[in-house]
Amino acid sequence: MGLDGVFQWLYATTAGAVIRENESLFPWLESFHVLAITVVVGSIAIVDLRLLGIASLDRAVTRLTRDVLPCTWIAFAVAAVTGSLMFISNAVNYAHNFYFQLKILMLVLAGINMMFFQFFVSRDIENWGISASTTPLRARFAGGASLILWVFVVAFGRWIGFTLQPHLIGG
Amino acid sequence: MRTQSLDNFCAWIEQTPLSQTIQVTAWSVPAVQTIHILAISAIMASVLMLNLRLLGVIGVDRSIAEVSARIRPVIWWTLPILLVSGVLLIVGEPVRSLENPIFQLKMLMLISVIVLTLAYQAPLNKNSKFWDGGGRRSITIKLISIVSLALWIAIVCAGRWIAYV
Repeated sequence: MGLDGVFQWLYATTAGAVIRENESLFPWLESFHVLAITVVVGSIAIVDLRLLGIASLDRAVTRLTRDVLPCTWIAFAVAAVTGSLMFISNAVNYAHNFYFQLKILMLVLAGINMMFFQFFVSRDIENWGISASTTPLRARFAGGASLILWVFVVAFGRWIGFTLQPHLIGG
Repeated sequence: MRTQSLDNFCAWIEQTPLSQTIQVTAWSVPAVQTIHILAISAIMASVLMLNLRLLGVIGVDRSIAEVSARIRPVIWWTLPILLVSGVLLIVGEPVRSLENPIFQLKMLMLISVIVLTLAYQAPLNKNSKFWDGGGRRSITIKLISIVSLALWIAIVCAGRWIAYV
């Protein structure tokens, strides 16, 4: 069974059929998907702007991430679950949609950037202190990359809604 | 709500050059929606951080006045971006939005949450410690923050539901 076989199987699952056939389920999933993404993107931007030395300069990065990142992760989980449920309702078409593929690529790159930050960039994070000049160049680079990638995640996500065939979802 | 004058107003918007341009430029609506959602992201994250502080969940090493002061500029600078991008979306498809009951509900909730935000911030100008400390005020501010968060969540959901009603 190739990838398309997997997508067809997902499409045919009970969950896929229920979401496809229920009139209000998809809009609710989409509502909470957008809501979760706004929290993910907004909260990550707080951290990115701190790494770039633009905002929250009076707080240490470690102090800031302790407050912000739990919200990011909870919201990311909600976005992933609602996104997966929307995906299975029309799996083959999503998988073949160019903007969906780009969105997934952006997510993967954002994930790699985050792992890079976790294991390489932040190794001496305790010594960064609280002034803007103490964030190393590699941390600024990671923050800038994250900001750009998440903007594209939102943009490509919106473009899916206007290009998906058949037109099951609202614009 | 749907009246003859609203119908006429929508018909007038539809034939303006700006509306015509948006209607024939396929990428304009998703592009403006992207900007709209990014602006909402800035507001939602700020509002969430602020309300979690009001609820005493995070950042309790800072006073409510301090947290409000750092988040207020984000909200007031982002609202114009939301307004302009929102107006462009309305101009492109006036009937879809202005005559939509969900859109009307969204605007009502938006006005409510702005009034609520201004109302709780007002006493902070005279006394920055107004909401800090215990007692009845601490319960009031927690209730305000729960209502405010619920309104923002409902506003985002309503925004997506406009496409389906």
